[in-house]
Amino acid sequence: MLKYVGQKILIAVATVFVLATATFFLMQLIPGDPFANDKVPVAVQEKQRAYYGLDKPLGEQYVIYMKNLLKGDLGYSIKKTGRTVVDIIKEAFPVSAKLGLFSLLFSEAIGILFGILCAQFRGKWPDYLLMLVAILGIAMPSMVLGPIVRYVFGVKLHWLPVSGWGSFSQMIMPAFVLGLGTVAGNTRSMRASMLATTTQDYVKTAKAKGLPPWKVVLRHQLKNSLVPIIPNLGVQIASVLMGSFVVESMFLIGGLGRYFVDSITNLDYPLIMGLTIFYGTFLVVMNLLVDILYGLIDPRIRVK
Amino acid sequence: MSEELAKKEWENSFAEDAFEPLPEDEKNGEKIVRKNTSYWKDVWRNFKKNKAAMVSLVLMAVMVLFVLIGPEISGYNYYSNDYSAVNQGPSTEHWFGTDNLGRDLWTRVWAGGRVSLLIAILATLIPEAIGMIVGGISGYIGGKVDMIIMRIIDVLMGIPSLIYMILLMVVLGSGNIWTLIIAMSITGWMGSARSTRGLVLQLKSREFVTASETLGASPAWIITRRLIPNTLGIRVVGITMSLPSAIFYEAFLSYIGLGVTPPTPSWGQLIKAAGEVFRYYPYQFIIPCLCVAVTMLCFNLIGDGLRDALDPKLRS
Repeated sequence: MLKYVGQKILIAVATVFVLATATFFLMQLIPGDPFANDKVPVAVQEKQRAYYGLDKPLGEQYVIYMKNLLKGDLGYSIKKTGRTVVDIIKEAFPVSAKLGLFSLLFSEAIGILFGILCAQFRGKWPDYLLMLVAILGIAMPSMVLGPIVRYVFGVKLHWLPVSGWGSFSQMIMPAFVLGLGTVAGNTRSMRASMLATTTQDYVKTAKAKGLPPWKVVLRHQLKNSLVPIIPNLGVQIASVLMGSFVVESMFLIGGLGRYFVDSITNLDYPLIMGLTIFYGTFLVVMNLLVDILYGLIDPRIRVK
Repeated sequence: MSEELAKKEWENSFAEDAFEPLPEDEKNGEKIVRKNTSYWKDVWRNFKKNKAAMVSLVLMAVMVLFVLIGPEISGYNYYSNDYSAVNQGPSTEHWFGTDNLGRDLWTRVWAGGRVSLLIAILATLIPEAIGMIVGGISGYIGGKVDMIIMRIIDVLMGIPSLIYMILLMVVLGSGNIWTLIIAMSITGWMGSARSTRGLVLQLKSREFVTASETLGASPAWIITRRLIPNTLGIRVVGITMSLPSAIFYEAFLSYIGLGVTPPTPSWGQLIKAAGEVFRYYPYQFIIPCLCVAVTMLCFNLIGDGLRDALDPKLRS
C-alpha cells in the first residue's frame, strides 16, 4: 500500500511541477510588453519593469516564480487592482466548491438510483427509458440546457430564481444543469457493475436463503457495485469544474469559474496563470485522493 | 514391366463391389456455398442489428449532406448583414430566420456545421494518430523507452486537459480554427497512446510479428504496417466516442470566448450568440442546439453499436 501511495504522490508532484513550468514559459510566449507606452518616459518604464522583476534574466525570474509558488504566492491581478490572486481564490472558491459538491451529490444519487433500476429491469422498458434520459444528458451540454431550464422554471413558471447565489432555491437550477452531464456516465457504470454482481455466488446464496429481492439488492449487490464507481469520481470532479465556468457565468454566480472566464476576456494574465495553477493542483490532489481511496477499498488495485 | 504388373495386382486385390459411385446430389456436399466473410463484413453484420446505431448512422449521413450542400442552396452567404431583415422568424425567404444582424441563419447553421465538424474530425484524428505512433513505439520497443514514455504520459495525463487547452488558446491566440485544432491535439493524444500501447503489448508476441521480424523487417515498418493496423479495429470505438467531446470542447471554448471569432460561424458560436436572446428569439437558439445535441447523441450511439459489434466477448 505504501509503495502504491508513494508512486501516486510522486507522479502528482511531478505533474504539478510540469504544469507550473509549462504555465510560466507559455506565458512568456505571449507577445507584447505590459509597460510599453509612448506617454511614459523610458526611465519610468525601466523602473516599472524593475519593480515587477521583469528586468532580470528569464532563468532568475523562473526561480523567483517557483519560490513564490512554494510560499503560496500567486501574484497580483492586473485588472482587479490591489487584489492578490490568493485573495480572489479565498473569496470565490467556497462558492464554487459548494455548487460543485451539491451537483456531484445530485449526479451520484440519480446515477446510482438509475443504474440500479436499469439493472433490475434489464432489457425491459424502464431500462431503455432511463438510459435514454441519461444519454440525453450527454447530448445536452450546459450551454444548451442552461438557457432552456432558466426560461422554463425561472421566466415561465416562476418556480425558481433566474440567477444569483445565496439561498437554497438559487442553488437548485445551477446544480441540476451542472450535474446532469455526469448522470449518464454514472448510470452506465452503475448499471454495468450491478449486472456484473448478479451472477456472483454470494448473490445466489442470498437468494437461496429466501431474502426478498430488494434486500438482496440493497444489502449485498449495492455495496460491491459501488467500488467501480469510485475511479470515475476524478473525471467527474474535473467535468463539474469545467462546467462551472459556463454555469457560473450564466447564472451570475460569483464563483471561481466566473473569475476565470472574466480573466480570459480581460486578458488578466497573472490571474489566468494563478487560477490555472490553482485549478491544476486542485484536480491533481483530488485525483490523488480518489486513487488512494480506491486502493484502500479494493486491495486488488494496489497489488497490480 | 514389373511396375505395370504390380499395379494390376493392386487393382485386382479389390472386390468388384468394394466401391460405389457417389450419388449425384451429394457431389457438392463439401462445397462452401457462402462467400467468406471478412472481419469488417462481420462487424457490419453485427452493427446492422443495432437499431439505435443504424438510425444514428442515417441521421448523421443526412446531417453531413446538409452541412455540405446547405450553404450553397440558400442563395445567401453567412457574413452579409441585412439591416432590413433583422431577427426575423423562419419564413420561406429565410428558412431558419435571421439573426440580430440580418444574416441568414440557414446558411450560418450549416456553414457553422462545416467549421464544427471539421474541428471535431481533425481534433480527433490528429491526436489519435500521434497517440498511435507514440503508443506503438512504446509498446513494441518496451524496456526503458517504454518506462520513460509511460511516466511522461502519466504526468501529462494528470494535467487537466481543459485547463491546459485554455492556457494554450490564450497563448496561441484564439479565434482561429487551426489554433483550436492544435490546442486539442497537444492535449488529447495521451489516452490513445496508452490504449494503443496496451493493444500492441498483446499483439507483439503473435506469429505475424515474429514472421516479419524473421524476414528482417525494421521496427518502424512493423509498428506502422503490422501493429497499428491491427489495433485500428478497437481504436475505432475510441475515435467515435471522442468526436462528441471534441464538438463539446469547441462549443465550450466558443462559449467562454476562446473559440472561433465572428463572423465565422460555428455551432458553439451560434449557441453563445443566441443564448443571450433566447427569451425573445428562441428559434435562433434551438436550431444550433438541436444540431449539437443530435450530432453528439448520434456519435455516442454509433460508438456504442460499434463497440458491441467489435467485441467478440459480447457475441453469443
